[in-house]
Amino acid sequence: MFKQNQSAGRRTAVVNDPKFRALVAQGLLVGIVLFCAYSGLKNATSNLAEQRIASGFGFLGQTAGFGIAQTLIPWNEAMTYARAYFVGLLNTLTVSLFAIFFATILGFCVGILRLSPNWTLSRLAKWYVEIVRNLPLLFQILFWYLAVLATMPAPRSAISFLDFVFISQRGIAFPRPEFQEGSWLWAAAMVGGLLLGFALRRWSRIEALGAKRTKLSSLALAIVIFGTFLLLAKFYGSPIAFSIPQKERFNLTGGLTIIPEFAAFVVALTIYGSAFIGEIVRAGIQAVPKGQTEAGRSLGIGKRHLLRFIIVPQALRIIIPLLTSQYLNILKNSSLGVSIGYPELVSVGGTILNQTGQAIEVVAMWMATYLTISLLTSVFMNWYNARIALVER
Amino acid sequence: METYVQSHPIPVAQPPKHASPLGRWLRHEILASPIQAVGTLLGLSLALTLIWALVDFTIVNAVWTGSNRAACAMVDQQLGACWPFIKDKLGQLMYGFYPADARWRVNLVYAVGLVLLIPLLHPRARYKLHLSIAFFGLFPLFAYVLLYGGPVFRPWLRAGATLVCFLALTCLAVHLKLINEQPFARQVRAFGLVVASIVALVVGLAIAPVFEVADRLNFALLLLCLVALAENRSPRGEDRVWAERGFCLAWAGFVLGLSCGFDIVAQPALQIIPTSQWGGLFVTLVVATTGIVASVPIGIVLALARRSSAPIIRTLAIGFIEIVRGVPLITILFFSTYMLPLFLDQPPDGLVRVLIGVSLFAGAYMAEIIRGGLQAIPKGQYEAAASLGLGYSQTMGLIVLPQAIRLVIPGVVNSFIGLFKDTTLVSVVSIFDLLGGMRAAFTDPAWSGPSILYTGFAFTGMIYFGFCYLMSSYSRLMEEHLRVDHRT
Repeated sequence: MFKQNQSAGRRTAVVNDPKFRALVAQGLLVGIVLFCAYSGLKNATSNLAEQRIASGFGFLGQTAGFGIAQTLIPWNEAMTYARAYFVGLLNTLTVSLFAIFFATILGFCVGILRLSPNWTLSRLAKWYVEIVRNLPLLFQILFWYLAVLATMPAPRSAISFLDFVFISQRGIAFPRPEFQEGSWLWAAAMVGGLLLGFALRRWSRIEALGAKRTKLSSLALAIVIFGTFLLLAKFYGSPIAFSIPQKERFNLTGGLTIIPEFAAFVVALTIYGSAFIGEIVRAGIQAVPKGQTEAGRSLGIGKRHLLRFIIVPQALRIIIPLLTSQYLNILKNSSLGVSIGYPELVSVGGTILNQTGQAIEVVAMWMATYLTISLLTSVFMNWYNARIALVER
Repeated sequence: METYVQSHPIPVAQPPKHASPLGRWLRHEILASPIQAVGTLLGLSLALTLIWALVDFTIVNAVWTGSNRAACAMVDQQLGACWPFIKDKLGQLMYGFYPADARWRVNLVYAVGLVLLIPLLHPRARYKLHLSIAFFGLFPLFAYVLLYGGPVFRPWLRAGATLVCFLALTCLAVHLKLINEQPFARQVRAFGLVVASIVALVVGLAIAPVFEVADRLNFALLLLCLVALAENRSPRGEDRVWAERGFCLAWAGFVLGLSCGFDIVAQPALQIIPTSQWGGLFVTLVVATTGIVASVPIGIVLALARRSSAPIIRTLAIGFIEIVRGVPLITILFFSTYMLPLFLDQPPDGLVRVLIGVSLFAGAYMAEIIRGGLQAIPKGQYEAAASLGLGYSQTMGLIVLPQAIRLVIPGVVNSFIGLFKDTTLVSVVSIFDLLGGMRAAFTDPAWSGPSILYTGFAFTGMIYFGFCYLMSSYSRLMEEHLRVDHRT
């Protein structure tokens, strides 16, 4: 009886009930999506059959038959598409990591310069950011690749720095370290020294929180590590020999040569990323309330410690999430390597797409790969962010 | 016992010496300490070197006349600009392979676009609603007809034009009704409008079987317009209502004229210029404008869907947004260029595929920006709207979205800048935009050498920088303007 009354007392018609409307809207949407999926699949089957394109991931096991300019793992043309794709993935990660590393350093410098009380330097940093951010990334990549690196001298008249590093049209040649016999001992010593040094440092921090003790332990860390090295060098000789590039008539021999695509790409990604990171750093530091600085100073904390213990930790809380999305942007921007023929994921995948015509599979693989990397990066950075986040009551 | 109470007034401190603004600035920001002075010197010398190099390159060492690379051979060593190269390739860089005798069409579209856009951008301009309808509704049709060519008044185009007019009319009628009328009367009228519309559509489709499908649709829409006009009676004979009615009448007349006039007037046919011949800055602007115009409605719909309480709608929106934002634009472009045609009956034109990809990509980013604005609107606003008896579309359209979009305008403009820069990526899927055109110009054997390369980059760089800098300056201006609004 009561129930009936309630329904009779309903003020709105069924048509106007938000729940009913939501249901109808969702039903319609599902219908549209299903219809699109159905007609898409139907078209795709007939189109693929018409163009005689295979479907499925069977092509991954076939022989690729194309060369790749830069490979981190052994590669030859007789290997499979799957391995080619993996080579591309490794190249994407390499170029992204290099760019992220350098862009972070340069970006922090730019951000700090922008906040410098010095008018000239802050203006300079500001215009650096303005110019770099207002030019398309692809433009900058092409500029470094087509204009700057391509107009470098031929190998025989390569520009050299102290006869160790050579820059020419063919790329940048560095001395290549070659590990000699017994280098594992060195590696072991290095790890041991580091561990010992850190243990010492931690111990001294626990012992006394005085700033002097901490400094001493940093010194101890350095002494322990270098001491171990010196001792080892005395008994075993140098562990690493360097193969230094030599100028020859047509090419540079020896050493480690970075292909121009990679060099131009890293430079462009670094500069582009640094402008954005610079702005993030500036915004992060400026977002720390001025009262924090004043409170610190009124407690008598020196300028250096003020920065290290008051401002930077608080600024980092703002900077880290923004930095994460910037790192992801650099990763996604690394797909532009395809425009200059740097063999990264999209470039290699594009070649596979052209050879097999299996656009659906290749595009799906790209998307899955990028989404996975994005997700993993986000998880890692969120974990890091949670570690440094402010623990409130 | 000692006391620490001040016994006599502290003398007034002298004002600091060198209090002139210039002196203060010099002492505090330029030469505060020896390290600062060194920094200043370094910075100044670096800045001067760069500026001097730029002046050297663009003016002092530059070559201004000539017809091939021989004229510029001498500047290859000392790095000067080779402006004859730009002069020679200017047409290609601006219009691609668009025929020279048809370029007036592009210029006319630019001119009309500017005339509509400039008052729209002005913060205090009037008639923004009408201008928006003109710019977002009619201008794309106009631009399409003029740029692509073909018979001007194709049937489906007429239907499209009528549809746009009808939508504009309905928007206006609904808008005015909401302000003028009581909720109950409005509901009755809205219901009547829906029924009448359906009847009109059915009748229109039924009684006009002799025409093509598009023409039938057109006819039905025309009937709809008339029904809307007839329905738009008001019991109150106020001036406003008459003005409203007059406006509707004008619209209906316009639609009628458009619809009938097309059939009567001899159809002039413009030469069709396939999109494969489009190129240069022109294509950059087409892609950027389409992306910008399309991203806002897509973004609003996706943002609303993502905040919807209906689980299926929300999940689909989240999935779409996160997937698109998680992958690079290039993969989206590859998707729309190579994968999308497989799913369709007829593969669309190459440029259209790219436009679809760019719009979806920009829409997903726009959705997140608008969502930020939606989240910033206090819950009280929704509750106030609900307590006034407003439904979902009214709450969103009249209360929430206007505030939310106003909040995110700087972010929106920033995303436009990003989109403008991202248009360069279309050259990867073989659309020749400005950057692609420049790359193509470099392959001309009549022009080669380091100075050519640097000149090309300097020229295109100035164009890209100019556009982006204008947009970011505008964004800052709007930010300032909106902040003032909020304070008062």
